[in-house]
Amino acid sequence: MTDTYIQTNISDLPDERGYFGEFGGRFVPETIVPALDELQAAYAEAIADPAFHANLSHLQQTYTGRPTPISHARRLSEALGGAQIYLKREDLAHTGAHKINNALGQGLLARRMGKRRIIAETGAGQHGVGAATAMALLGLECHVYMGTVDIRRQQPNVFRMKLLGAEVIPVESGSRTLKDAINEAMRDWVTNVETTFYLLGSALGPHPYPMMVRDFQSVIGVEAREQIQVLTGQLPDVCIACVGGGSNAIGLFHAFRDDAHTELIGVEAGGHGIESKQHAARFADLDISRPGILHGTRSFVMQDDDGQIMETHSVSAGLDYPSVGPEHAHLRQLERAYYTLATDVEALEAFQVLSKLEGIIPALESAHAVAEAIKRAPTMPKDSVLLVNLSGRGDKDLDTVIGILGE
Amino acid sequence: MTQTRQAQGTAAIDAMFARAKSENRAAFLPYFCIGYPDYDESLRAIETVAELGVDGFEIGMPFSDPIADGPTIQAATQIALENGTTVRLCLDAVRTLRDKGLTQPMLMMGYANPLVAYGTDRFVRDARAAGADGLIVPDLPPEEASMFAQSCAREGMALVFFLAPTSNDERIELAAAKATGFIYVVSLTGITGAREELPAYLTDYIARLRAKTDMPLVLGFGISTPDHARQLRGLTDGFIVASALIRAWQRSFNDMRALASEIFAAIQQ
Ligand SMILES: Cc1ncc(COP(=O)(O)O)c(C=O)c1O
Repeated sequence: MTDTYIQTNISDLPDERGYFGEFGGRFVPETIVPALDELQAAYAEAIADPAFHANLSHLQQTYTGRPTPISHARRLSEALGGAQIYLKREDLAHTGAHKINNALGQGLLARRMGKRRIIAETGAGQHGVGAATAMALLGLECHVYMGTVDIRRQQPNVFRMKLLGAEVIPVESGSRTLKDAINEAMRDWVTNVETTFYLLGSALGPHPYPMMVRDFQSVIGVEAREQIQVLTGQLPDVCIACVGGGSNAIGLFHAFRDDAHTELIGVEAGGHGIESKQHAARFADLDISRPGILHGTRSFVMQDDDGQIMETHSVSAGLDYPSVGPEHAHLRQLERAYYTLATDVEALEAFQVLSKLEGIIPALESAHAVAEAIKRAPTMPKDSVLLVNLSGRGDKDLDTVIGILGE
Repeated sequence: MTQTRQAQGTAAIDAMFARAKSENRAAFLPYFCIGYPDYDESLRAIETVAELGVDGFEIGMPFSDPIADGPTIQAATQIALENGTTVRLCLDAVRTLRDKGLTQPMLMMGYANPLVAYGTDRFVRDARAAGADGLIVPDLPPEEASMFAQSCAREGMALVFFLAPTSNDERIELAAAKATGFIYVVSLTGITGAREELPAYLTDYIARLRAKTDMPLVLGFGISTPDHARQLRGLTDGFIVASALIRAWQRSFNDMRALASEIFAAIQQ
């Protein structure tokens, strides 16, 4: 592997206004536009600086534990009787999820910009933990906004963040989940923009966040593309990742963008099923999801007829969000990537199957990707390769799962 | 009692500033959200305050995720949504107010997504037809405004942009070049909400904007008391009061009316 773990300039998108085709942009209050300009300039300068890459790469290797391995899920593949399933083990990254990749990247950028006060939002708590961890390491102040519904269902992560020295600020407004945590973080940023760095946790929000988060997560795909060829002598036939805001998926997909024979599949949260309208399948339910504007970007948004944002449902807090990163909307429109869904029930089933057959307890988010692999593998030849991004570990979800399945 | 308005759209807003200027004062534009505390009461409030002779209105259209708003407006717009307030209903409200003879300029104020869902061209056309004169979208910087700019120009509807203490010269020039009607000057780096005091840097800040533009400047965010309004004399062409009126209204309708009346009296002295 090279020293450079951020892959940049692999495509010419977004354009200079932050658009991926017709999606993206910058729909924010004027107060923070200059801060986004400043961030964009600082980021451009950082990624042109070999010292920044060396710094990040050093932390990735000596702190995060990169490269994360790829495991062959032998028993699962055998049980399904089709494609060989490989797991990219982001669950083995320090803090137990891919979110640390972005948190360290943005943390180094914040320090370089001289910003000492960091704010973040979190859904599942994995980004909050990633942010709190990176800030503990870098010696920066960290405040994490989290909806009270998510605080309840992700208790271990709340405690972790506090232990790491972060302040967790409960958000009581709206649906009290990720969407509302982002609202509050944005209000904080609007108020404290001169002193504060907003560490956004997924490939969404106003330009340059979707691009920057993608770049920091692209290490997943860069590693995986090389590893899978060493292991199997070929590129994967299919890559699968779950899609909340879309950061682990875009991080995996990007390296395979030009590999025309590798199918890219994003898995959204099907919740209680499409008919129930209680889900977060922004690309699947076009009755209630269409292009719109939320949190500074134009993408698919779940909304009612009057353009009010709808409350979503997923058993996994990290996928429970009414919009999706703009680059996914673009990849879908280009038909370069396909999007499907897994319901709560399917994800819970996959959660147990992977635990029993492979000794890996996946995050409920990642279990959605595993569920799609379980559906697809049997339809594929035995010598085909299916790569799943195992974005995180499931320890944080044990309370939720015990609550549903019993002890 | 229907009165005909002499000017409409951007021209009505220009006329509003001309009149206030001839009276040597700033224009006072209170904000009311349609549907708060309910539809009928929001209309009664606007009519009542219009009778005081205030210069114009910001007509709030609620949105589920108002990222530029503090707790007071968040709570009010949430109630409006629970009352079933839609974009269409807000336009009905404007038409009803015009039918009842309200002559002051009205500017529609709402976040982008509900307007995109309604259809931006259609919204501008229907709003103008209903009797609205301008549009204010807090999450729409000038760079992203093309979806409204053409239809606003065609319909003669003012399209207002914001400037903030963080805006640099380049952004001041951009807003000045693109805005019609006026520039909404955010008084402070922050979200909406009543404040005890106006920021100390206001004079320098406004001077910095004046050096770059001749557009009327309307100050908003935090203006709460008759004393604040008095302090703005000679400084801005207008000002908006929102959260403070809602807070007074939480005590009683009469308290809200009294505050509006005292603020208006303060700028006439
Ligand atoms: C383990 C894990 N996977 C996936 C996600 C979804 O986010 P994204 O779509 O940005 O990867 C989360 C979010 O919290 C997560 O914790």
